[in-house]
Amino acid sequence: MVVMSKNPVHSILFLILTFFAIAGHYVLLNAQFLAAVHIIVYAGAIMVLFLFVIMLLNLNEESEPHKSTMLKFAAVISAGILLIVMVGMFKGAETIAASHPHDAGIGMIKNLGKVLFNDFMLPFEVSSVLFLAAMVGAVMLGKKEIK
Amino acid sequence: MKEAILTVPLNWYVLLSAALFCIGVMGVMFRRNAIIIFMCIELMLNAVNLLLVAFSAYHSDPAGQVFVFFIMAVAAAEVAVGLAILMMIYRNTHTIDINVLNKLKW
Repeated sequence: MVVMSKNPVHSILFLILTFFAIAGHYVLLNAQFLAAVHIIVYAGAIMVLFLFVIMLLNLNEESEPHKSTMLKFAAVISAGILLIVMVGMFKGAETIAASHPHDAGIGMIKNLGKVLFNDFMLPFEVSSVLFLAAMVGAVMLGKKEIK
Repeated sequence: MKEAILTVPLNWYVLLSAALFCIGVMGVMFRRNAIIIFMCIELMLNAVNLLLVAFSAYHSDPAGQVFVFFIMAVAAAEVAVGLAILMMIYRNTHTIDINVLNKLKW
């Protein structure tokens, strides 16, 4: 649906639906904190950004120039072949059961915060620098030409 | 809530994320609208995130979920910069059809 729909706004709405489905999977996998973060970041921030850009560029009735059906056919065939290769690869793998001393509270914010601030302290700080760089870059690019 | 992880084998999650990833690849290959290509890249990132969360939940290892957290941060930064670049392109060429952007093509 995200790929097929002609109108980009419909495509974005289907993508939001997909993101909520993925957040549901996170809840089922006992990753409640990640589910909340996923909804806030993706459905809240990224999708608003996409919708805003589409409204700003006024693209929401754009008729895409018609491509050759040959290209579509080739894309579908190659993606299908990729899927078949992946499925065939995982068919050979043995089934992995859930580990027996199964810890249900792993996705809770308490455990995750301990791991994040003990073992992954340096990547956390580096990601903040990355955010600063991205923010400066986005402002720089979005600004009008410097006279 | 605890039953889902015990009754559903890990292979189903692997298959689901493989399918999501292939849908994203297909979208990148056959759409010409740059915004939709960005959305398909998001779809692929989410497939990988889902796989990481599934593995981390099935192995009771919180490191995988921390990785997903970092991937989300990087994806947010990437989307902000990418959409800014797209705005620049639109301002200069008045289109976001990627067939127009073939100057770097050999």
